[in-house]
Amino acid sequence: MSKRPWGFVVGGLLVALLLAGVVSNYASAHPDGLDSSLLKGCTVNAEDEITGGSCPAQQAQDHELADSPLADYGIRGVDNEFLSTGLSGVLGVLLTFAVGGGVFWLLRRRGPAQRAGHATAAGPAGDGRAGDDPVGGGRGDDASRVTNSR
Amino acid sequence: METLAMHISNGIVNGPVAALFAVLALAVLALCVLRGRRDLDDRLAPMAGLVAAFIFAVQMLNFPIFTAGVSGHLLGGALAAMLVGPWVGALCVAVVLVVQALVFGDGGVAMLGLNISNMAVLGTAAAYLLITLLLRVLPRTPAGLGVTAFVSALVSVVVASQGFVLQYWLGGTTDLGGNLAGLAGTMAGAHLLIGIGEGLITATTVVTVAKVRPDLVYALRALKPAAPAPVVPVAGGAR
Repeated sequence: MSKRPWGFVVGGLLVALLLAGVVSNYASAHPDGLDSSLLKGCTVNAEDEITGGSCPAQQAQDHELADSPLADYGIRGVDNEFLSTGLSGVLGVLLTFAVGGGVFWLLRRRGPAQRAGHATAAGPAGDGRAGDDPVGGGRGDDASRVTNSR
Repeated sequence: METLAMHISNGIVNGPVAALFAVLALAVLALCVLRGRRDLDDRLAPMAGLVAAFIFAVQMLNFPIFTAGVSGHLLGGALAAMLVGPWVGALCVAVVLVVQALVFGDGGVAMLGLNISNMAVLGTAAAYLLITLLLRVLPRTPAGLGVTAFVSALVSVVVASQGFVLQYWLGGTTDLGGNLAGLAGTMAGAHLLIGIGEGLITATTVVTVAKVRPDLVYALRALKPAAPAPVVPVAGGAR
């Protein structure tokens, strides 16, 4: 029998919130592998702004949503950089979980078949449902068999 | 200059090539939805939401690599493939990239297809191919799982970086004077080092999850060791 994942998910979310909300302030501010590769051929100053030369990064244009209140991982209007970065990270984690979790929850195979399959031995309940959703029902049985065999 | 951008910015690759990859990415993501639905049950769906949120968080944590003045960050394809499987995993990374482009101004909206193709599709696919291979030959120990995660993550980052080189060859906006190999080498070198960081993060995370809740690691559920368990027909299957 498999346990529900909710306790683990809540714990994992807390770790993600801590990473995005606090640890993110200690991240390296240098350009990443992609940006630095595109800067090759140009000279840059201490702020990593282009001062001369010729490189692919010079073709970069403004982002369509550069005016978004959360653009560049900060919150517009919050002057404290630590708070601004941290809060934007917290909002980002919650938003990503809401969007991702919501989409995946809507896409998941539904019906009492899986629940029954996990709680009791896979049996008539699962088969009764199989007609409604041939693909999903079949795999539901597979999943519970693998779990039970472990 | 957007100093905090992590993904392909507008203007780097031309419009037609960006549009081509947008169509390609959409097609592959549609396939991922179809195949991923078979994996998505009441247990995997919340786990997939967590994986997306976790990847978003860790992508913010740029770490220094040994080259001065260059940083790297997680892409997440291998981590997602290990924990929720290749189809749902690619969707997880895509969700992160969409949120970053539409809300955080990171990675041009017009460039979204390019970024999804490299990191969500190519990175996850390369990682899962290696995971299936390694997990069948390596022992089912924390060390075996860690090595699988590390190697697949490292290789997937380098492969994803070369996806960009291909896109730049097709539609880069700066004439490199025939020096595409130079860009390929610079990208591969930087991402080899980034891949080490990606490998360490992925291995640490996966081994930790496997210790706490091994039933939540997709790769351990889906990939059986060399001698596969016989598939027993379900009673009543002959309905």
